[in-house]
Amino acid sequence: MSTGQIGGQPPNPRGIFGPKKQGREALLNALVLLGLVIVPLWAVMADEPFTITLVTRAVIFALAAVGLNIALGLGGLVSLGHAVFFGIGGYAMGILAWHAQNYVPLFEWPVLFEGTKSMPVIWAVAVLASALAAFCIGLLSLRTSGVYFIMITLAFGQMFYYFAISWARYGGEDGMSIYVRNGFPGLNTLDPIQFYGLCLAALLLGLLLHARLRRAPFGLALNAARQAPERVRAVGLDPLRLRLLAFTLSGAITGLAGALFADLNRFVSPTMFSWQLSGEFIVFIILGGTARLFGPVVGAVLFVLMEHWLGALTEYWHIGFGALLLLIVLFGQGGVIGLIAGKARAHD
Amino acid sequence: MSLLTVSDLTASYGASQALFGVDLALAEGETLALMGRNGMGKSTTIKAICRMMPSQGEMRFDGRDLRRLPSHRVARLGVGLVPEGRRCFADLTVTENLIAAARPGPWTEASISALFPRLAERRAQVARSLSGGEQQMLAIGRALMTNPRLMILDEATEGLAPLVRQEIWQALARLKAESGLSLLIVDKSLAELRTICDRGVILDRGRSVWAGRLDALEEDRAHALLGV
Repeated sequence: MSTGQIGGQPPNPRGIFGPKKQGREALLNALVLLGLVIVPLWAVMADEPFTITLVTRAVIFALAAVGLNIALGLGGLVSLGHAVFFGIGGYAMGILAWHAQNYVPLFEWPVLFEGTKSMPVIWAVAVLASALAAFCIGLLSLRTSGVYFIMITLAFGQMFYYFAISWARYGGEDGMSIYVRNGFPGLNTLDPIQFYGLCLAALLLGLLLHARLRRAPFGLALNAARQAPERVRAVGLDPLRLRLLAFTLSGAITGLAGALFADLNRFVSPTMFSWQLSGEFIVFIILGGTARLFGPVVGAVLFVLMEHWLGALTEYWHIGFGALLLLIVLFGQGGVIGLIAGKARAHD
Repeated sequence: MSLLTVSDLTASYGASQALFGVDLALAEGETLALMGRNGMGKSTTIKAICRMMPSQGEMRFDGRDLRRLPSHRVARLGVGLVPEGRRCFADLTVTENLIAAARPGPWTEASISALFPRLAERRAQVARSLSGGEQQMLAIGRALMTNPRLMILDEATEGLAPLVRQEIWQALARLKAESGLSLLIVDKSLAELRTICDRGVILDRGRSVWAGRLDALEEDRAHALLGV
């Protein structure tokens, strides 16, 4: 594409509508954030605790999908097994809290440990356990790509799902109930708005991490590895390592969301590992906008709202939801955010 | 001691053998031209050195055996490649292309901007929207950002307009004069190679058939081996 003269393109790569559209996306993101603050506060004043629970559910799903978006949006890794990490986070909470509430030691050697009802400890265990699982699963599955990667992550998901069903000690197919929500120092987590505050803070941290990552050398190299792995090797980076780190981080965040989800419901069951849930996480991202920072948030909020409103009208609400998804995929330029804010670069 | 030594290098694309015995040596700070007509094995030699394809024979960089290393490890040892056809990260901006490749060392985004001021003007522009010459400058800049000890340029000026070629050659001459970086340059233009390279190696049908100072290359030999 030699032009015979260096330069000849306009300095703005996104065309004359670029900055305006970028501004529109930032405005949309701000409005979504504002909604996530105002709606629950309104619900407190209007004494509508169910609305708070609904928004909490949306925020937790959004956090799970923000985790997946690091692998999918930045790394182009379509994982159909991310519910594994959601489930591990859930079971980390369930197991630790079950032992604490029943006074049954989790282990007695090298020290006696009877579980815990402390959220920070549970979150740390959930994040570490899901990161470890993501590292191991990633190590095996990232050697494949495309449809094989999708299938192998799905297979891992099913393995964990059936393992949880057969794990009789922790409720098997019936799952486990935790009688009282776990505690957080200085907060009354039984108060829905206070627990919501914790979940929103976790989501904001997840979004901040994603925003920092995608502008950092690691995020840029990960994005480049998706486009051209051989060129990334030529500058001394190993695409497998980049993807493994992204997959591990991604799993850790989704694991934290799983622990929060289990605490929201005070219940864990093998459905937290189900492949349908993995699919829903992908749907959140596609619906909101692949690789958009707020894509998973918009997608998860829309999903929960439609599940609630359409679900009240008919049990076949998924048909309406499916039609919406189809329209978005066919006519959106990158999900709902794309429809409103316009097309972005591959990693924007 | 040579920085890069290649001895009796052979390589094949499946059943088709492309290299039958390539020898070359490059000292620290030296600029070496790798020449030959189309299809004589220049790019294959580069790919083999960068471990982008399997090969046999000896390859050492700073005393390290390259044969067992994956390609990204060779790059980390200090071999920077400017591949044929530019091959920037098309969806990343100029700055992002540079940041993604950055490794610690004297070459930074600022020093690349000083070498190629036009890149600095286009720092927020995505690579795919740059002109061919700018993409080439970006490919060189990206390789420099890895802070290599040896930079390999595979047909860096191919397909570019004369003015742009001149600008690239001037930048390479500045690199040689100011940085002390070793350069291995694959190019078809003997006249331009002579302005910058100390020595040269000519490949013919997958073999190195001539090596020496470029000013000692006789015209009839150059005509026979390079068609110029």
